[in-house]
Amino acid sequence: MSTTLELPATQAPSARLRDRLVRVAEAATTPLVPADYLDLFAPLRSGADLRGRIEQVHPETRDAATILIRPGADWAGHVPGQYVRIGIDVDGVRQWRAYSLTHGPRRDGRIAITVKAVPDGLVSNHLVHEARPGTLVHLEQAAGEFVLPDPGEGGHAKLLFVTAGSGITPVIGMLRNLFPSTDEGVLRTERLAHRDQHSAPDIVVIHVAPSHPDSIFIRDLEALGEAGAIRLVARYDDQHGLLDLADLETWVPDLQERRTFACGPAGLLDALQAHHQERGLTVTTEHFRTARVEPGEGGTITFADGKTLEADGATPILDAAETAGVLMPSGCRMGICFGCVLPLKEGAVRDLRNGEITTAVAGESRHVLVQTCISAAAGACHLDH
Amino acid sequence: MTAIQKKSDNPIAHLTPEDIEQLGRELDAIRQDVLDSRGADDAAYIRKVIKTQRGLELGSRAVLLFSVFPPAWVLGTAGLSVSKILENMEIGHNVLHGQWDWMRDPKIHSTTWEWDFATPAAQWQHSHNQIHHTYTNVIGKDNDLGYGIMRVDEDQRWSPFHLAQPLWCFLNAVFFEYGIAAYDLDLGATIKKKKLKDPDFQRRAKEVLAKVRKQATKDYVVHPLLSLPTGSFLPTVLANFTANTVRNLWGNSVILCGHFPEGVETFEKRSIEGETRGEWYLRQMLGAANISGSKAMHIMSGNLSHQIEHHLFPDLPSNRYAEIAPKVKALFDKYELTYCARPFPQQVYSAWHKVFRLSLPNGWLATTNVKNAPQQLKLLYAMSTKGPKVRRAAQARLTQEARRKEAAKSKAAEKETVAA
Repeated sequence: MSTTLELPATQAPSARLRDRLVRVAEAATTPLVPADYLDLFAPLRSGADLRGRIEQVHPETRDAATILIRPGADWAGHVPGQYVRIGIDVDGVRQWRAYSLTHGPRRDGRIAITVKAVPDGLVSNHLVHEARPGTLVHLEQAAGEFVLPDPGEGGHAKLLFVTAGSGITPVIGMLRNLFPSTDEGVLRTERLAHRDQHSAPDIVVIHVAPSHPDSIFIRDLEALGEAGAIRLVARYDDQHGLLDLADLETWVPDLQERRTFACGPAGLLDALQAHHQERGLTVTTEHFRTARVEPGEGGTITFADGKTLEADGATPILDAAETAGVLMPSGCRMGICFGCVLPLKEGAVRDLRNGEITTAVAGESRHVLVQTCISAAAGACHLDH
Repeated sequence: MTAIQKKSDNPIAHLTPEDIEQLGRELDAIRQDVLDSRGADDAAYIRKVIKTQRGLELGSRAVLLFSVFPPAWVLGTAGLSVSKILENMEIGHNVLHGQWDWMRDPKIHSTTWEWDFATPAAQWQHSHNQIHHTYTNVIGKDNDLGYGIMRVDEDQRWSPFHLAQPLWCFLNAVFFEYGIAAYDLDLGATIKKKKLKDPDFQRRAKEVLAKVRKQATKDYVVHPLLSLPTGSFLPTVLANFTANTVRNLWGNSVILCGHFPEGVETFEKRSIEGETRGEWYLRQMLGAANISGSKAMHIMSGNLSHQIEHHLFPDLPSNRYAEIAPKVKALFDKYELTYCARPFPQQVYSAWHKVFRLSLPNGWLATTNVKNAPQQLKLLYAMSTKGPKVRRAAQARLTQEARRKEAAKSKAAEKETVAA
């Protein structure tokens, strides 16, 4: 093949024609855009906002389920261990949450998340108990640094995973990718067969759960253990009592040689971090559920430019901000015209008309638009204004 | 009508301040009931309406590609008219009110929505949501009382300009979308104040012109050109014009029915100083009129057939107004207030009747009979051609005469009842 450069001129006419057609389509659909009509027929097409369709809801335990999703054409793929942010309508309200991808890039292009219904968890309970195949969900591209180091770059061949509860989800994504399994059991992959040639990683998984039946993916872990892919140390609170990190070196004598990945509740991660620090080791952690936003009375309001002010629980944010000299959009000042809405990035506000609380958790719910003229701070608030 | 505070038989005189606050609490409870039960069904409703409207528009426009054939023209034009009405009324108006903001769907949100109407959404939101819905029917505050081109209340001062207001009203109905665009722009007042050079006005005017150009290009250039291959260019132009006009006439009629029929009350400016939430509610109850009718009527009017409920709770989803209407009506009965609801033809007639009636100075019709008609016409001519001083003096006389006549009439009626 010759290496002649393609002349830009040969490409331009088709690109120009395309541009022109797009402009005609836009002129024909204004004030909407062509996508608004295309979405009626092909919401998963290339070029659309990233969405996915739930294809299957598979129960894992009595309060956990794996959701199989066909992502839109523009899904860029993921690395095992990464998470995806999903927007789903619960009671008609769009909610965004992040979940680990539990199936590693699949040949059929589907992605899967495994969700544990937590008490009072609006979205998790909906996904586990209410979600039906066919439902359209909104997606963002996979993200997250909780991934295995590239083995090509002399990555750690000896790994330790510490997981608690649904903290297993990103790890199972990694393990499934390393050791594909079927319903019949773990496939003996090439890697596993040549374990002694140190191409396969040497993995210990310490998994903590309240009890055996409450443990998501426990059968997969056990199968991996039986197949010799991992060494599983399962600790159940009801059998073994609460986990004591002092025992860690008993279970993993070669802790010093391993690289540790941990996912679970903040308490465990903090303790593990402290434990490792004492020994000069590092730990890569992942946890999703940030501290819940607990509504209070009044609080500090922070604006995008860093300006802050203290507001009490009875004064509308609009009034408090204006008094403090912040230029605010405003309208009717009685909650009917929606001329004052601003994005609440993080925090909680109280509707002064009926006491209703609206919260925004950073990294979880995206920003929530609130009416500042009838909302008072119910704790620290971060407004994007 | 006359501002409620000046009426001899003030329809709210029997309510104590405590009554009004209690009424407010009961209305709050109705609102809360809807908020508590608002959910997936409501979201499904608006998505279905939007989907239906977009499908109808696509289908109608596809049919209009062949509009050189009369049946296709009729079908396509009818479909496009209904689609435009749905888009403006049940979808656009209500989304722009923030009725669906609670869904947190960025595509169906008051901050992102733009509608198939000449006026840019944001400008309309300011004049409608903020001014009209806050100061509903307050004379001198709510410009929706006649849109600055009509006199729809006795307490609005008559000027010769109003003589032709039936014509203004008709023109505004036909070109409603442009009328509203000019209104949202505050064009009349800006011209009067000679502020056309004001940079803020210029910026907003540019926005309006850009929107008008886009809208017109779509309806009168792009789609007709797409129809060109079948020789349907002109029929498509005509179809779009017809659909826009049908939508204009319909939208205008529904809106006239909301605040102009007889029985709707107006309020004095000073009456809203320090207004409580209960008093605001009461003003909304009396400042709007409903259209009674079928489900189709409600949907095609964007549920503005429930104008009273809409004015009480402008941010509740429109599909819930029908359900709360009986509860609201029960409160009217409980507090002995008049719930102004009539079928569409009657409300339209009542509104237009007022437009005609108030095109003449107050008391002029009442004091005119066959005998004095020539003098009365001369007076009217003087009022129309001579300065404001003459107008004021003549008006004072007319008002006095009319009052005297009214008094004589009621005295005669009293005598009659006594005699009977």
